[in-house]
Amino acid sequence: MKIGAPKEVFDGENRVAMTPDSATQLIKLGHSCVIETGAGAKAGFSDAAYQKAGVEVVATAQALYDAADVVVKVRGPEADEARLLRAGQTLISFFWPAQNPDLLAQVAAQGATVVAMDMVPRISRAQKMDALSSMANIAGYRAVIEAGNNFGRFFTGQVTAAGKVPPAKVLIVGAGVAGLAAIGTATSLGAIVHAFDVRPEVAEQIESMGANFVFLEFEDKQDGAATGGYAAPSSPEFREKQLAKFRELAPEMDIVITTALIPGRPAPKLWTEDMVAMMKPGSVIVDLAAERGGNCDLTVPDQKIVTDNGVTIVGYTDFPSRMAAQASTLYATNIRHMLTDLTPKKDGVIAHNMEDDVIRGATVAHQGAVTYPPPPPKVAAIAAAKPKPKPVELTPEQKRAQEVAAFKTQTRNQVGLLVIGAVIMLALGLVAPASFMQHFIVFVLSIFVGFQVIWNVSHSLHTPLMAVTNAISSIIILGALMQIGSGSYLVILLAALSVFMAGINIFGGFLVTRRMLAMFQKS
Amino acid sequence: MEYGFTTAAYVVAAILFILSLGGLSGQESAKRAVWYGITGMGLAIVATLMGPGAGNWFASLVMIVIGGAIGYVVAQRVQMTEMPQLVAAMHSLVGLAAVFIGFNAEIEMARIASTLAAAGIERCDPVMSAIVCAEKFGQPALFADLHGFALKVAQKVGVEISILKVEVFLGVFIGAITFTGSVIAYGKLAGKVDGKAKKLPGGHLLNAGAALGSLVLLVMYMQGSGTWTLILMTLLAFFIGYHLIMGIGGADMPVVVSMLNSYSGWAAAAIGFSLSNDLLIVVGALVGSSGAILSYIMCKAMNRSFISVILGGFGGTAGPAMEVVGEQIAIDTEGVAAALNDADSIIIIPGYGMAVAQAQQSVSELTRKLRAKGKNVRFAIHPVAGRLPGHMNVLLAEAKVPYDIVMEMDEINEDFPDTDVAIVIGSNDIVNPAAQEDPNSPIAGMPVLECWKAKQVFVSKRGQGTGYSGIENPLFYKENTRMFYGDAKKSLDALLPLID
Repeated sequence: MKIGAPKEVFDGENRVAMTPDSATQLIKLGHSCVIETGAGAKAGFSDAAYQKAGVEVVATAQALYDAADVVVKVRGPEADEARLLRAGQTLISFFWPAQNPDLLAQVAAQGATVVAMDMVPRISRAQKMDALSSMANIAGYRAVIEAGNNFGRFFTGQVTAAGKVPPAKVLIVGAGVAGLAAIGTATSLGAIVHAFDVRPEVAEQIESMGANFVFLEFEDKQDGAATGGYAAPSSPEFREKQLAKFRELAPEMDIVITTALIPGRPAPKLWTEDMVAMMKPGSVIVDLAAERGGNCDLTVPDQKIVTDNGVTIVGYTDFPSRMAAQASTLYATNIRHMLTDLTPKKDGVIAHNMEDDVIRGATVAHQGAVTYPPPPPKVAAIAAAKPKPKPVELTPEQKRAQEVAAFKTQTRNQVGLLVIGAVIMLALGLVAPASFMQHFIVFVLSIFVGFQVIWNVSHSLHTPLMAVTNAISSIIILGALMQIGSGSYLVILLAALSVFMAGINIFGGFLVTRRMLAMFQKS
Repeated sequence: MEYGFTTAAYVVAAILFILSLGGLSGQESAKRAVWYGITGMGLAIVATLMGPGAGNWFASLVMIVIGGAIGYVVAQRVQMTEMPQLVAAMHSLVGLAAVFIGFNAEIEMARIASTLAAAGIERCDPVMSAIVCAEKFGQPALFADLHGFALKVAQKVGVEISILKVEVFLGVFIGAITFTGSVIAYGKLAGKVDGKAKKLPGGHLLNAGAALGSLVLLVMYMQGSGTWTLILMTLLAFFIGYHLIMGIGGADMPVVVSMLNSYSGWAAAAIGFSLSNDLLIVVGALVGSSGAILSYIMCKAMNRSFISVILGGFGGTAGPAMEVVGEQIAIDTEGVAAALNDADSIIIIPGYGMAVAQAQQSVSELTRKLRAKGKNVRFAIHPVAGRLPGHMNVLLAEAKVPYDIVMEMDEINEDFPDTDVAIVIGSNDIVNPAAQEDPNSPIAGMPVLECWKAKQVFVSKRGQGTGYSGIENPLFYKENTRMFYGDAKKSLDALLPLID
């Protein structure tokens, strides 16, 4: 099959869906690749680099759409582009089917198949093609860099000859992929980072990245697993509590990065005008949710503004595109993984398996029909953090009572065993002759000694213990030695054989024990 | 006079044997303890050779020397991974020796009885011994040329002969079971017999039948039916030993080997009774109780009763096993190396797979390299890891892993949450979280190493299959688990150069 990547037509989009590296991998899968001239230029990949990787370069978008069986893109198609798709052709790109139902219907009517990268289910197997996550990761990183760019101070605290510099205080709202990436970047720059999320189960992830989890006392915490790992809208009471907490934090914070998004809804307003007013001059707010209306009341999408009290609010919506080289590399790899799954036999033939959870989930139009929304995935994203029942703390009296009871049962068992043993002994003593009883005493005492001694043997020496008991159980040689001198030839023969076998055992057992014990060495 | 000397020597030998076992409580004292054992054995043999009843010095010494030479060669050559087989093989020798000695006693008894009969003495008062009887009937010269063991038998009165018969019977019975059982255990451990649990049609009823038959034969033997009952019983006991151990699978071998160890002790004790030799009784009882305790510890570590292990297979499950969700995620050598280079604390959990792959040297080398970088590397040993109690400790010791970083399960289980990396090498059931999480699992309640609590777990494993017990292991599907597929030794050797 021929995979083609056109030039992105959206204004300000610098990314490209195929890199020379990803093309090399695709060619290994048995596909051939084609690219529109200049498609990778803004991301730093020249036509020559593509040609070197074995990619055909064509001059126009029309030519590319004609040549390619599979079109890979970053942004969803514009109306003009969509018209170029033909029946049987596959488009792989972001699509946002919920927001673009008309476009989807149009493409489906044209008979093209659409694999929406934004619809890849969030399950572990599909992580390698989760373009939302890889783009969010870049956005989170870039948000901190943008904030630093607009922030007039260091992130890290320093004590210099010229005076003490306090560390910057950063608040990250929403600890999704972007939020966590922002936490990681900000902490590694040396800032003191606080992070908030409505899903309590991410507290551990936040803390593992080195930030403080802003804890909110609230009943009925929501369970992120039920919604595929995404946040769900919260109740008004919860929202009030949350805003109160933010008001408490606002005056202290130098940098606020908001990343809160709820799938299929406008961004929740979390950073209100009065909070902005409380912040110190020179503070920076980066609103990663600007495209969906912004988490901050004052955010203007695609623009950077400065408020009257000197707070900079960055509302860019194209963070990944601002790091086009990195973003293209990751996105192209996501696309490549998707194509790998679509080419199960690695023979360059695409098998669109609608039984596969991941492919089914991402496919929004197939064979002339709209296949959105997909059935719910079979596997939950994150296992819910089930609260473990705490072991009941015993009061000292209960403990004492338990100990006493345990002691009593122990005593009862021991006494019981002793009584039974004694009765058996006495019964035996009634019938057995004295000569037997003499030996029997020795026998019982030896068992007793054995039990006392063996319990103390260290676990690590159990193998030497077996070898040495083996050797000493060859004491049976004494029996053979006593018989070898008496009577018939058969007796002598059997006794001699016994002596022989016991001899092997004695020497073998002791020597191998010694060999083993010599190996145990202290460090 | 001679008697006194022999008895004194036996007392000293018995004390030395007890000290020798007691010394095994620590690695350092054990090195001394083994000499106590050797001295005790030497003393006992010399005393017996010099004491009453012994004869045929020349044959005895020749046999000891030949046997000793073979034992010496075997002890020098055996690989540490082959220890379970060796121990099993040695048990079989003790068992067979017990059978032979028991038969000798029977032969002597039969000879004395027939001598009496030949002399025309048909009925003898049970309170009289054969010698007294012969004297009474005016033929004191009848047993004049008797010496050694035969003389002792001839001196026994009727009741003592009965007791002797029971002892001989028991000694032969236990010895015979030990013999065939150990031979089969050896075959399974050495891979010469299929390790899977196998039973003849009829299963344990056959064993029960054979045991019942033996009991009937005991009664007949006591009533003087003759030597054939003893021979038939021996054959039945041979069958029981064979069939019992055939029905037990590979991973239960630690219990089997320690059980056979115990049997070989009881056989020695029974023979000691029949020969009226206190030292044999003492040592037999020591060995018997030692094996019994080991079996108990092993069973406890598997949370199974001794009976259920001996009956073979795993017990019934209470319901459907918990469904395992997720997938096994593989990792390559570079990934493992990177994680190890970053880790501060590492716990390695070896299992039988390490012994099979002969990977202990590579493990040791890995440990040495990691420790040289100042990392805290420790080993966690489950009581039933391997095929012999303490098997892993010996293998690690052979590979020069210092014993003070090799921990028991109880010592280390609480440290997993603070551990960066846990490496599971060739073990499966002993790290199965289902034992704690799934009440329906066949191994529910078995104490396991809680390695999944470590930040990251690597499992070195040949393929995706389940372990010996056939139980799915949810550990392999945990989020922090990565599967490091391939032969343990090859994987580790590939890993070594990447640790810098």
